[in-house]
Amino acid sequence: MNIVVLVKQVPDTWSERRLRADDSTLDRDAADAVINELDDYAIEEGLRLQEAHGGEVTIVSMGPGKAADAIRKALSMGADKAVHVTDEALRGSDGLVTSAVLANVLGRTGFDLVILGSESTDARMGMLAAMLAERLGVPQMSFASKVETDGSKITIHRQADYGYDTVEGALPAVVSVVEKINEPRYPSFKGIMAAKKKPVETLSLADLGMDASQAGLAASATQVVSFANRPPRAAGTIVTDEGDGGAKAAEFLASRKFI
Amino acid sequence: MAEILVLAEHDGETVKKVTTELLTLARVHGEPSVVWTGDGAEGGRGRLAEFGAAKVYVADSPDYADYVVAPKAELLAHLVAVKAPAAVLIAATSEGREIAGRLAVKTGSGVLTDVIGLAADDAGGLVGEQSIFGGAITVQSRVRTGTPIIAVRPNAATPVPAAGPAELEPVQAEIPASAKTARLTGKVVAEQGERPELTEASIVVSGGRGLGSGEHFALIEQLADSLGAAVGASRAATDAGWYPHQFQVGQTGKTVSPQLYMAIGISGAIQHRAGMQTSKTIMVVNKDPEAPIFELADFGVVGDLFKVVPQLIEEISKRAEG
Repeated sequence: MNIVVLVKQVPDTWSERRLRADDSTLDRDAADAVINELDDYAIEEGLRLQEAHGGEVTIVSMGPGKAADAIRKALSMGADKAVHVTDEALRGSDGLVTSAVLANVLGRTGFDLVILGSESTDARMGMLAAMLAERLGVPQMSFASKVETDGSKITIHRQADYGYDTVEGALPAVVSVVEKINEPRYPSFKGIMAAKKKPVETLSLADLGMDASQAGLAASATQVVSFANRPPRAAGTIVTDEGDGGAKAAEFLASRKFI
Repeated sequence: MAEILVLAEHDGETVKKVTTELLTLARVHGEPSVVWTGDGAEGGRGRLAEFGAAKVYVADSPDYADYVVAPKAELLAHLVAVKAPAAVLIAATSEGREIAGRLAVKTGSGVLTDVIGLAADDAGGLVGEQSIFGGAITVQSRVRTGTPIIAVRPNAATPVPAAGPAELEPVQAEIPASAKTARLTGKVVAEQGERPELTEASIVVSGGRGLGSGEHFALIEQLADSLGAAVGASRAATDAGWYPHQFQVGQTGKTVSPQLYMAIGISGAIQHRAGMQTSKTIMVVNKDPEAPIFELADFGVVGDLFKVVPQLIEEISKRAEG
């Protein structure tokens, strides 16, 4: 089975995340860069499906040169090879552009399954799987908390507010995963050493038959007009429970007409 | 006035609250036409009229319930082509965001997600406000290509009634086989009693690590039920298996924006704050006075939740009786 896992490098949630004053894009120098959290689950699911069905796991990532770190991590978990799409002209690409570039890459690599995290911790759009399924014309198997496939048919549990739906389709397909799906493995020392020798193909926009006018801020269908740091919330009332904490909380709720 | 399409979320004939919020926003910037998929439009019409819908395009076909996301995007793309609306508003639920994404690809239009406010710029174009990076930054964005597709966060607007004709108009959209590749074969509803949906609820009561076990979530449920609230959980609680994963509030779970958010035994790591920071009022109960969640609290109690919460429940029921 030809499994492609999409990986995104994002600013660490635990560090200070900022936008650049000049063009309102992510300030990649301000924060530590890490692999998007849900992508670990996508890689794990890819590796488990490979263990069950054979074939190869290819990592695809679009991002600056530094994203090579995220790719190495994915390879150290056990993926076989990687494609790194990197081009200065891609900076500031919105979801529409990103999905077009990734669909182009997936057209080259071919795939039985494309697996990705259901959303990234920075942009949090939660729509890349849907956009890719639309562009590639394959079943959208998104928000999966469970995946089963026999190599031709695929069934997932699609997480919903009320529980889950079961969804069925035929391969090839695009799958996005939620964290309930598995417990990602940690890279072993052997895996880390092996990852250094695994092939990583680097592609520019030109390699994909695209040019700068089709990418980045210039091609994006959305535009940030302005941004501002959120003003801190006004300090609230904090009381220490002296046997009447619940009653005081009730008084507060009553004063705000919640009860 | 320019026509704005609003995709209805409904459960049979029952119109979800988020749709009345979208209608309220749409009315400010144009004339809202509701897009209704499946049956129930006759029954839901009254509610839509109450919130100012001018028209209701009814696409009554089982396809919309039988296949994931794609048929609704096909329908909207068809309506965008024939009606040329000024914008399309969709609720930023998991499904709504995906519909918005597919519609954006189909129409080559820009899409803004998780919008919490909508304004008009000098040229009359729509500007969406978004809250990013765990609520640290507020961004104003606009769509500059195609028909603006705007996915609005539930609870972002307060629904305000205003009468409208809500004329029903049947529409037929061709749903090609390519949009019927992911088939819904079953629905498994988890036990959640009569509680409102997490993202739609006006009040959310969430429990975290401080609960210490899954059994203790009964206390959170009891408090939630006394307020007619939804139950949420921090990642620590869902990771520990104390509460089902679909109730997780936070960066890798749901984003909620209720009138009142109660964080019980939750320390307030950025991971959690990212999912609840835009709540209107925040109440905190935690035994650690240094817990970062207190920075967000409008009202906080430093104390043992197993003492404070039962007393709170008792006070609420007393007041309900009185």
